[in-house]
This record gives sequence, structure tokens and C-alpha cells, in this order.
Amino acid sequence: MFGYYLNLGLRSLRRNPVLTALMVFGIALGIAASMTSLTVFHLMGSDPIPWKSDRLHVVQLDNWDINQAYDEEKGRLPDQLTYLDATALMAAGKADRQVAMYKVVLPVQPAGDGGGPEIKPYLALGRATYNDFFPMFEPPFRYGGPWSREQDEARARVTVLTRATNEKLFGGADSTGRTVRFDGVDYTVVGVLDRWQPRVKYFDLTVGALTEPEEAFIPFTTAIDLRVQSSGNNSCFKAPAPSWEGYLASDCIWIQFWVQLDSPAREAEYKRFLDAYVMEQKKLGRFERPLATLLPDVNEWIALQEVVSRDVEIQVGLAFAFLAVCLVNTVGLLLAKFMRKSGEIGLRRALGASRRQLFMQHLVEAGVVGISGGVVGLALTGLGLMGVRALYSEFKTITELDWTMVALTLLLSVLSATLAGLFPTWRACRVQPASQLKTQ
Amino acid sequence: MELRPILSALMRSRVALVLLGLQIALTLAIVCNSLFIISERAALMERPSGMNEADTFILASIGFGADFNLKNAIADDLAMLRALPGVVAAAPINSLPMTNGGWSSGLSLTREQKTSSAYSAMYFSDDQALAAMGAQLIAGRLYRPEELGERTRKTAGWPPVIIITRALGHKLWPGQDPVGKTVWLDTEAEASTVIGVIDRLQAPWVHNEEVVEFATVLPEVINEGAFTRYIIRAAPGQRDAVMKAAEAKLAEINPSRIVREGKTLEKVRAEAYAGDRAMMIILGVVIASLLVITALGIVGMASFWVTLRTKQIGTRRALGATRGAILRYFLAENFVITSIGLLLGTALAYGFNVWLIRHYQTQAMPWYYVPVGCLSLWLLGQLAVLGPARRASRVPPAMATRSV
Repeated sequence: MFGYYLNLGLRSLRRNPVLTALMVFGIALGIAASMTSLTVFHLMGSDPIPWKSDRLHVVQLDNWDINQAYDEEKGRLPDQLTYLDATALMAAGKADRQVAMYKVVLPVQPAGDGGGPEIKPYLALGRATYNDFFPMFEPPFRYGGPWSREQDEARARVTVLTRATNEKLFGGADSTGRTVRFDGVDYTVVGVLDRWQPRVKYFDLTVGALTEPEEAFIPFTTAIDLRVQSSGNNSCFKAPAPSWEGYLASDCIWIQFWVQLDSPAREAEYKRFLDAYVMEQKKLGRFERPLATLLPDVNEWIALQEVVSRDVEIQVGLAFAFLAVCLVNTVGLLLAKFMRKSGEIGLRRALGASRRQLFMQHLVEAGVVGISGGVVGLALTGLGLMGVRALYSEFKTITELDWTMVALTLLLSVLSATLAGLFPTWRACRVQPASQLKTQ
Repeated sequence: MELRPILSALMRSRVALVLLGLQIALTLAIVCNSLFIISERAALMERPSGMNEADTFILASIGFGADFNLKNAIADDLAMLRALPGVVAAAPINSLPMTNGGWSSGLSLTREQKTSSAYSAMYFSDDQALAAMGAQLIAGRLYRPEELGERTRKTAGWPPVIIITRALGHKLWPGQDPVGKTVWLDTEAEASTVIGVIDRLQAPWVHNEEVVEFATVLPEVINEGAFTRYIIRAAPGQRDAVMKAAEAKLAEINPSRIVREGKTLEKVRAEAYAGDRAMMIILGVVIASLLVITALGIVGMASFWVTLRTKQIGTRRALGATRGAILRYFLAENFVITSIGLLLGTALAYGFNVWLIRHYQTQAMPWYYVPVGCLSLWLLGQLAVLGPARRASRVPPAMATRSV
């Protein structure tokens, strides 16, 4: 029966190509607008590391000015830690894993034994971090592995390169054991990452969620030893004492601190430890504000830092309102189409078709419009995402149409067309056979 | 034109009325709010930075290796840049308007106060800063060579003389001349005296309404680390050529560094507002598509009605109605439906605006958006219905006698 209805539906749609095209185009446009904005919204705000996002937590402490909150408008705690607190928490080592880190810029020099003279010096984005970074955020390794805890302690001149950097400096060969020179210092390569591009740089949102990926990693302790400055955000509520040591001892915040806590019990335990740490520091005259510590997990952090911008939220709202207009439009057009067929419906009823059968027949017809609209809409969504990518250069990682989204698009279009078809179909089925068989 | 028959006819096809009305209502609400957002962004993008953007560009230099000496490098670079043909002025500077990264600091009017009176962007540069930026000094004087200094990690306190923007001066001392007034950049250090006022110079954070007009130019060059940025103003029309020459010369006179960020201020502006521009384009596309869909919907529904009523139209024609009367009937009908939709749409438009104000702290939409939107949609409706209505007017009176 379904095949017959499909045949009928297609025939009916062919009879009036302009109206059909109008309906398909309307649904396609609405679907494309909502799917384009939804893809961006979904990829921006979705869980970047779903298998362990509830076990990774940011450490937030309130070391700010007693007279002025860090974020008076939204009441948020500072998003970074001071060097004092970060190193104290690293030394305590109370979490299952922990990492203090900051963004650096490393001038890469052609010396060392990497590359040849044809490579000009260039600036690489780097991250000064601890060895726990790699098991915590799980970048895949192509060659070698992370540096060791001992190398962290020894402030070793070692580095982990990303695939792209290794490509550039060593032509993609296994470079472990070879050396590269950053800012006049030779580092030994211990590992090379494979392709790794988290959609949103959730582990450091301080300079934007969609910034360029790192190109090299070096130990935090080494960076401090070499006085490598942070190239990320740095906030102070009072001027630090005038020297590098004074800066390290200051209440300026510039270090991101993450912990991995493998169970809720461990999380509660760590929270108690943090509170105790702050109370201890209060005795030393620091942390003058009321006690406040937080351990947001990855998803809470993404929400708290408002990774999904208000523009994207407004766009999603508008796109769905637009889809609603397109659907109302389709309802009207389908209604017009079905009512025009009143005579035919009356005839089929008189020949013995039940209301149920007619209902199914017209629902199939509406479904055909929906699927066509979905397919055209999918193509338009592809175009829309290309447009968004062209407009927002930093949206590269979040404008990919994945299979879930394709499936969702088709589902949404069939669902909305069926929904739009329900009322006209119901109306069509109420046609009295007798009244339509008579001449008007 | 008698409205009563139209209304009673509409009452018989309530569903179609509701559908078209709803579509028009949603269209009005979306179009008004989108247009308002577009106009807000356009206003944001039009604000002047206070600089001469047409002739000016920036360059950045990052030294490497143990032998790199920032202080000497800056001195050599400036000597070279200022001697370069086509250069009007050049200055080292830590940050610039529209770059979204920089140094901000609190200013206090008294030593005792616990919280700052205002926050301001801090531009560290030398006596050529204003000339290179093309910023206008409207009161007081520029820095003298003997007032210039440097800032490193070892620098304590703040310079005794500073230049601030007019907006910052107004915020600190409303209605008074800021020249000669003193202010504390650090309440534990010495106060600074304002010696000059700039007409306008934006802070680097153009999307932060609170501080965007507050900037301070300090007579200190940052000599810490290996990074420095230069702002260079070329003679009119020579910018691109000068930029190329300056970039090449910088790399040439000191090879132990990386020169980059060769960017015109026009490019800096485009990058700063790229998100706003994107939002404007996206909203523009939404508005255009929406109007097209709504117009097509009206055409579709009106055609359907005309087909449905062919016989009745014939009857009316046979009873003496002129073509014009039939045409007017359909135009009037559309006017009534559109008006009902617009009534609902007005409520929706304001509701949507209130929601935006609540959630995103936007401004209230000016009153004229909705009336202008209504007028446009009335016009759109009439234009869309014109085709089907003309078709209806051409139905011959003989139709009344034919059976379908």
C-alpha cells in the first residue's frame, strides 16, 4: 500500500510543479538555516571529551582584592591561579592527576639539528605544562611519548612537538631524540603528537575558545627556569614587586590549573583539601575575601566561560523562528493543494477508501515533500556552513557537517513536513463524498 | 470599499487566515529585531578609533637568542624607520585600539580610596606616539624628550606626567579641564599629573562599552622581554610601499628576530569587527529569505483562493461587478489579513525585544522600527497579491453559468 501511496503522492506533486517547488524550497530554506546555526551551536557547546569530561576539573580560588570582586558583573571567581598557588597545589599532588600550565610563544630557530637553512626563524605557539597534561587531555602520540615526572622535576630541556611542527622541522620523520632550538635553547624531542584538534580549546579558554592549536609543549618548570613569559592573559589587582621573583610571588593570576578526580568521593575529598589550603593561606594574610573554591568539570567550565557566544545563540533562536515561518508557509500551501483535490478525495471516498487510508495517503505525500526538502536543505546547509566559515575565520573546527547532523537534518525535515501535513491531511479527510461528487 | 463581505468570507476560511496571519506576525517580529541588531552593529563599527587609519600600519618584532638586546634593537629600528622615505612618524607601542589585547589599569582620584575611580587602557610609547597614530591633542602639550623613560619589571611607580583621552578626563573630573589635575595609577606610589588631553583614542577592547573610550598614553617604552610593536604613519598614498620597505629593512638590520604582523590599520579594524560583520550578513540573509518566503506564501494562498472562488467571481462579474471591483476585493482582503497579522506581530516584535534585553542586555528597539516594518509588510502583501488578484479580475462573467 505504501508504494501505491508513494506513487499517488509523486503523481499529485508532479501535477503542480510550481507549488511543489515552492513547498520544497520553503522547507529546504528553513531546514538549512536552522541546521547551519545548530551545527555551529552544537559543535561549540558540545562535550569535547565525553568519556572523561566529568572527571576533569578546573581549580578556581578567590585570591582577589578584598574591596573588589574579580568579576563584579557576573560574580564569577578568577579563571586562573597565581604562580604561588599553582606550584603549591602541584607540590601537594592531592588529585589523581594535576597540571599547571600557561601559553607561551616560542621563537623557533633553524639551528639545533632540525630542518635545514631553508627554514626561516618563526614563532610557534607553545604550552608550558606538566607531564600529566598528556594522560589527562589524551592527545594521541605518533612517535615517542610524554616526558617523565623526573624530567619535570629536573627542569629538563625536552619538548613534545605536534604533527604539523614535526612535518615542518623534520619532514615528518621520527624526530625523537633529535633537538630543536627555541629562543636560543636546545630542547630534545621526546614525543611527537598525531593529528589532534579539539573543537574548542577547553583546557585554556582565557584567550578565546577557538584559537589556533599549540605547536609545541615544554615542561612548565623549564619555562619558569628560563623565565619564559606568559603570552596568555595576565591579571593583577595590585602591582607586583619589581622583579621576576616579585612577579612569581605576586597575586597576579596567569596559570590554568586542572585536576583529574576519578570519583565523586575523590572530588569531595579534593574540595576539602582546597578549602583547608585556602584557610591555611588566610593565616599568612592572603585570600582576604570570603572562602570560595570551585571545581567545575569540563562542561560546567564551557558553560561558565560562555564559550557559545550570544551571537550564536541569537542566530539559533532566529533560525528556528525562521523554520517556523517556513513550516506555517508549507501548512498553508499543502492545505491549498489538498483542498484543491477535494473532488478527487470525494471520489476515492465514494469508491470505498476509508478515512484512515486517505489520511495515510496524504501523509505520505507530505512526507515526500519533507524528504525532498531535507535533501535540498542538506545541500543548502553545506553551503550555509561554507558561508559561516568564510565569515568567521576562526570557526574552522565547528563548521563540519557530521553524520549525526546529516541524520538530524533529514529527520527534522521529514518530521516538520509531516507535522505541517497533519492538519491539511485531517482537513482533506473530512471531505464529504456526496458534496464533492455533485457539481459545484 | 465594503469590508463586511470580506470579513464574513474570511470567517469561513479561518484556518487560512490564521496561517497567513501567523506567518506575517513572525516575519514582522524577526525582521524588526534583526534590522535593529544590524543597525546596532553598524553603529558599533562606525565609531572612530581616533587614529588616522588610512595611512597607518603596524609591525611587530620578536627577538630571540641570548644576545638579543631589546633596548638597542628599538633604538636602531626607530632610527631606521624615522629616516625611511615616506614615513611621517613612527613610534614603539605595546598595544593599539581594536587589537583586543593590552594593558588596563585603575586610576584613583585620591590616595585613600579602596577602589579605582576609572579603568583605562595603558599605551606605553614615546613622544612620537600621537603623531604616528594621528591622534589629535586638544588641550595641554605633548611629552618633552626629557620626560621619556622606559618600563621593565624593575620599574617601580608611574611617570609623573601623563596624557589621557577627553572621555577619561570627563569621567574623572566631569565638566572640568583635566590639564594640571593629578591622579594615582597606583595608590601606593606617586601621583601623576595630566599634561595633555587627546580628543579621542579607543582602548584595545572595542566590545567593552565601559572602557572603550578610556585610554592613557604613557611616556615609557617597554624594554622587557623580546617583543615590541611599531606604529608607523606613511605620507598619504604611500602606505603599502612604505610597509613593504619597512618590513624588509627591519629583518635586514637585525637578523636575530622575527618580524611579523605587517598590517594596515584598515585590516586591524576589519579583524576587530569581523564577528559583527558576519552577524550583520547572516541577519541580512535571514531577512531577505524570510521576505521571499512570506511573499511566496501570500502568492500561493491567494492563487488558491482565486481558483477556489472562480465561480463566485464569475457570478459577481455577471451581477455587474467591474474588473476593478474584483481586483480591489482581493487587495482589500490581503490588507485585512496582513493587518491582523501585523497586530499580532507588533506584540511579538516587542516581546522578542524584551527577551533580547533580558538575556543579552541589548538596547530597547526605537519606536519607529515596528511602524516602518508594518508599512513595508503591507506593501509586500499588496505587491504579492497583485498577480493572483489580476488573474481573478480577468475571470469572465460567463464563468457563472459553467459547471466545474
